Amino acid sequence: MSTILVIAEKEIREGLRNRWVLATTLLLATLALSLTFLGSAPTGNVGASALDVVIVSLSSLSVFLVPLIALLISHDAVVGEMERGTMLLLLSYPVARWQVVAGKFVGHLAILAFSTLVGYGIAAVALAFTGGDIGRESWAAFASLIGSSVLLGAVFVAIGYLVSALVGERGTAGGIAVGIWLVFVLVYDMALLGLLVVDQGRTVTGGMLNVLLLLNPTDAYRLINLGGSAGAISGMGGVADIATLAPAVLLAALVAWAAIPLAAAIFVFSRREL
Amino acid sequence: MTATIELSGVSKSFGPIHAVRDVSFSLGEGEIVALVGHNGAGKTTLIKLMLGLIRPTAGTVRVLGEDPATGAAAVRTRLGYLPENVSFNPALTGTETLAFYSALKRAGRGQVGGLLERVGLAGAADRRVRTYSKGMRQRLGLAQALIGQPRVLLLDEPTTGLDPASRRDFYSFLDELRAAGATILLSSHALSELEGRADRVIIVGRGVKVADGTLDELRGIARLPTRIRVRLAPDGKDHAERIASRDAGWRPVNGRTLEIDAAPEDKVALLRSAVADGIPIADLDVTPPTLDELYAHFQDTEGQDTEGQDTEREAGR
Repeated sequence: MSTILVIAEKEIREGLRNRWVLATTLLLATLALSLTFLGSAPTGNVGASALDVVIVSLSSLSVFLVPLIALLISHDAVVGEMERGTMLLLLSYPVARWQVVAGKFVGHLAILAFSTLVGYGIAAVALAFTGGDIGRESWAAFASLIGSSVLLGAVFVAIGYLVSALVGERGTAGGIAVGIWLVFVLVYDMALLGLLVVDQGRTVTGGMLNVLLLLNPTDAYRLINLGGSAGAISGMGGVADIATLAPAVLLAALVAWAAIPLAAAIFVFSRREL
Repeated sequence: MTATIELSGVSKSFGPIHAVRDVSFSLGEGEIVALVGHNGAGKTTLIKLMLGLIRPTAGTVRVLGEDPATGAAAVRTRLGYLPENVSFNPALTGTETLAFYSALKRAGRGQVGGLLERVGLAGAADRRVRTYSKGMRQRLGLAQALIGQPRVLLLDEPTTGLDPASRRDFYSFLDELRAAGATILLSSHALSELEGRADRVIIVGRGVKVADGTLDELRGIARLPTRIRVRLAPDGKDHAERIASRDAGWRPVNGRTLEIDAAPEDKVALLRSAVADGIPIADLDVTPPTLDELYAHFQDTEGQDTEGQDTEREAGR
């Protein structure tokens, strides 16, 4: 266990030193703050809690941004260290390969969690000070937004490691990471939407839709955040009603989406020769 | 002498390329052994096999009694390694880098300062590795290899990038470590640097072990000739023919200088005959074969052998 923590600590130190932590935190905070104050202006008083509006806009934003940040910090993790020659030295130490991957995962996840918590937290705190009345239910939804965003980050960090362990060059890893991001964030939903429109509910049943939504981690994430009290004011409310997925199932899907690629990355990396 | 590293019949292929073929040797405690060969001769592959980073296609590797690829990771606590072209994260300082590696070996932070001082980096300890010169990075690499008093040190071309002074310091570290009972394997592509420093030399070429022994033993096996050069006094020109008539090997270099390549056992007799009977000699040079010549000799014979093996293999198919 301590070996994993040593590697995680080094990863965090590097993240602080090369300003990754600062950059992602600032990016998330800036976007969250601008969405909070610019985005809430047109809603006026429509009965929806101000924080609910922020949750809906922030989760739509996170679906794009969090996977991108996660892939950016993770796609280089294995292949980059191999190319720079630091992996060779690291593995000559009493360190198992799974510990290398696990340590990096803990470190990268800590960086993501910190950025998300601080970045989004600033916006919520600012809203509480200026907007006043926010219900307990909205706070719970906001906490779930932060938690699920970190989980979504974990999914794409794990996918990034798998790519990184499979390829031979950093450039290839970067290209594949961009492709994966496009597919999960844009292409998959457009294709799914197209399918639903063409199909008109003839063959795609609710059960099938459930499966199709669980097959994309970003959809599971959307349903977690847009299905609850905030869902009524988002466009996802309709889909959330048809797709009858309990939050526990969605959460389990996200955990599986993180665990399986992570295990695969460890497996591939363990068998790889340097 | 207890063997700390043992390779027996080790081969390693990467697809169609035979990087290492049927190599066996063992290294004992308190021994400095040099692994010498051209670039691409298989030195780095052998070191990676000893580290367990790659698995042999055939044969067995034992390091401190364990198989390094599958055995307990704890073996590597007693092992120091310096890769060829060592690199570190440029954003961390020297102290941070060593503290990280010490933690992985569970050696404690206490020795970090001492190690940095020992390799002459105490003044740069809190600077980022980005600002280090090539030689400083190499010394940082040495420092990390020395963490936790290793019993086995594997150093891949350790002296590249070191200036002559640091090179001398480096070899004196090695002597200290050897005195403490460590096994030290260092790879190099030049024999000439190793005179008086390595107890034993293993020469590899194209993945095959071609020689293994002390430098004197290798000289004995190679039987390379010693060059004797005789310069006659200004008035002794006529004597050149007298010398030449005694052995067919003498050849004139210019009017009053002659030289001959002498086999080890003929050396003394030839010298005697050259100075006998009052031949007026102004100067006499005896040049034993250099290490570079010795190395070239082994590389050449190995080249012929391997070609022979390849042909046999072709014929066998």
